[in-house]
Amino acid sequence: MPQTDAEKKRKFRSAKRMREIMTEYYIEAKTADQTGKKVAWITSGGPVEPLIAMDVIPVYPENYGAMIGASHMGGDLCAKAEALGYSTDLCSYARADIACALEDGGPIGGLPKPDMLVCCNNICGTVMKWYEIQARLFDVPLFIFDTPFCHVDFAEEARRYVRTQIDEYIGFLEGVCKKKFDFDRSMEVGRLSLKGQRLWQDVLDAAAHRPSPMTAFDAFFFLALIVTLRGTDKVVDFYTELLEEMKERVNQGISAVENERYRLLWDNLPVWYRLKWLSDTFAAHEACLVADTYTTAWCGSMKYIDENNFIDSMAEAYTRIYLNIGVDEMAKTIFAMIDKYEVDGLVMHSNRSCKPYSFGQYDIMRMVQEKKGIPCMMLESHMVDERSFSESQAATRIDAFMEVIRQRGPRAGTAL
Amino acid sequence: MDKLNEFIEVAGEPGAYARRIRASGRSVIGYYCSYAPEEIIHAAGLHPVRLFGTGGDSGIADRHLQAYCCSLVRGALAESLTGGLDYLDGTVFPHTCDSIQRLSDIWRLNTGHGFFADVVLPVKLTGESARQYLIDVLQRFKRDLESYFGLTVTEESLRSSIRIYNTIRSCLNEIYELKSRNPGLLTGRELFSIVRASMVMDREGLRDKLQALLRELREGVPGRDGRGRRLMLVGNACNHPDVYDLIERSGGQVVWDDLCTGTRWFSGAIREEGDPVASIAERLFERQVCPSKHKSPTARGEHLVAQAREHGAEGVIFLYLKFCDPHSFDYPYLKGYLKDAGIPSMLLEIEDTLPPEGQILTRIETFTQMLGPETGAALTGASRTGREG
Ligand code: SF4
Ligand code: SF4
Repeated sequence: MPQTDAEKKRKFRSAKRMREIMTEYYIEAKTADQTGKKVAWITSGGPVEPLIAMDVIPVYPENYGAMIGASHMGGDLCAKAEALGYSTDLCSYARADIACALEDGGPIGGLPKPDMLVCCNNICGTVMKWYEIQARLFDVPLFIFDTPFCHVDFAEEARRYVRTQIDEYIGFLEGVCKKKFDFDRSMEVGRLSLKGQRLWQDVLDAAAHRPSPMTAFDAFFFLALIVTLRGTDKVVDFYTELLEEMKERVNQGISAVENERYRLLWDNLPVWYRLKWLSDTFAAHEACLVADTYTTAWCGSMKYIDENNFIDSMAEAYTRIYLNIGVDEMAKTIFAMIDKYEVDGLVMHSNRSCKPYSFGQYDIMRMVQEKKGIPCMMLESHMVDERSFSESQAATRIDAFMEVIRQRGPRAGTAL
Repeated sequence: MDKLNEFIEVAGEPGAYARRIRASGRSVIGYYCSYAPEEIIHAAGLHPVRLFGTGGDSGIADRHLQAYCCSLVRGALAESLTGGLDYLDGTVFPHTCDSIQRLSDIWRLNTGHGFFADVVLPVKLTGESARQYLIDVLQRFKRDLESYFGLTVTEESLRSSIRIYNTIRSCLNEIYELKSRNPGLLTGRELFSIVRASMVMDREGLRDKLQALLRELREGVPGRDGRGRRLMLVGNACNHPDVYDLIERSGGQVVWDDLCTGTRWFSGAIREEGDPVASIAERLFERQVCPSKHKSPTARGEHLVAQAREHGAEGVIFLYLKFCDPHSFDYPYLKGYLKDAGIPSMLLEIEDTLPPEGQILTRIETFTQMLGPETGAALTGASRTGREG
């Protein structure tokens, strides 16, 4: 089917630039052994700024997991992990990555081997087990940055513990890299990191406009930079451009979904192997997923960062991220997003891969229905492992949900 | 043996026992994890009781938890929501796996059992900062208990609790050792009942009863002969005494374990000198590690092989609850470590109920039969020093 002009207009020109940047990044990472740079594997929510200050190339197995999922290689790789004895019930990022690491398979021929591993458990306990596996396989030093879970608050003793670990982390890096840590440089990296996060939040905020110039699916795509290159000027430059493009779209009245009538909020990670299908399915109902809790997580704890004291404030910012807080705290974030983006419904992805994100969703759903009175639905998947996903089942659910939304009619203020 | 009867009875109906304690005027505090700082609860004059999450997979948990959640967490919530835990005056959630972490949130928001505390332990149990943090966390827990119940936990009462716990743990360890040396001494089900009841019974009384039982066991029980291949049981929490019977009927016997409701709960002693809270922390820090905590990438594998060798285990049965992330991640590597040490293993994954009996019997039988010719190597001095071999 040839693209219509409207469809062409809806494409982001920044998408091409973003692919280029990601390609450059992976080439640099994969040729690190030739350039003499060290490579660290780090968790997506891990404190990356000290690595950048040390000239270490950070590599994110979770970003790679997303690539695996989007390129439909997840099922095969997960099956390989199962053959090694890993249960099908485990996180599919971890399973796919474990299989890749053993056989250099997967997109871009596998990730470059790590010289060190940096695991921050502010997202889950899975990463700790996963990084232990990689530490045995690659036999390289492992640093665990332990961020105590904040059920209701961030306790004083936890604050001290995390702050001390920053010093230990720096000591660890100095040992592996055999050079001194440059605090001035780290201040600069910290500033760039915060700038990048602010810009990313601005990009996401553009979706508050009606009709929205972007969807959560676009956010899932553009997220890669704030994850992988946080703390560099590349991120700042790119998101500045992207924000520009958002503004142009708003000015020109370009909407991400043709005839946007309903606005929805997505919770949890994406279903990486069905992005297009889900996007089309909702669009066919004139529904735009305007925002999501996942991509927002990379700028959610900005309020704790002190620009002039990045290293100290990092402790709190990295501990109080979205997944490291209690269910009721998460619900509050969702309430705020419902208001900010003026959504008509909540789509919860019940993600078998991610227990810390998914358990508690039923309670959040009830709170949302009570406090915000909007319909909610649940869609189950294993975000990277496509083998058990049933399109027809998902379509039936979405249809039923959209029917409820349609009967209620769009929220006041909807342009029509 | 008469002395066993009470253990068996309490293990069969832990809730009924806890209710009696409460009726006698003592407050009961429940917990689900072997990292719970029980000594502090006990020193506060409260009664710590281990909960087993045996509420069954009734539909009520579906209102809060997806089907891909382990049966322990689902059962725990179901038991609370259906009123089965009405004897509790409080619950304590040490931080362990992602599922318990969220259960704690759901619990705090939906159940009402009085006192509630998250004890957010460090996840890594190495390094000075984690060591200090663990002490701080226990101190906070002590303060929380004191302020909620309006009492003071004195240093003296802590010391006394530590001594009681040390005796209890060393008794259990010796009972395990005796059974390992002479497997016929106790059936698997009996051993299971002793440990399980120990997590529930009044601790002073328990100490005396365990000591009495131990005196009797030291004499040995003539006429009882343990048969079957020497096996070790490894996993999370075991709620199925039937498993022991099935193993025994399939030509095996459990001579040691690495279970949350087994050696992981009672291993390690607490230093009786120095600051008591710091000493309690030290034991938790140093004790045999649970897979939801980090000691080193290879700590559990090394420990498992050492234990299996020390107890002359000919094979290992991994008994896992389905949907348990920490254990499932460790499985391939543990299996590999055992294999390299020449110890075969098998995996039994279960949900809240056991699979049909015939199926388990066949699987275990096949396993025991594949263990190769019996060496007849009962635990001798030689095999006991096989640790380095
Ligand atoms: S998807 Fe969930 S379980 Fe998997 S690595 Fe991410 S946070 Fe952890
Ligand atoms: S069985 Fe596993 S998943 Fe369930 S509570 Fe225990 S450690 Fe957590």
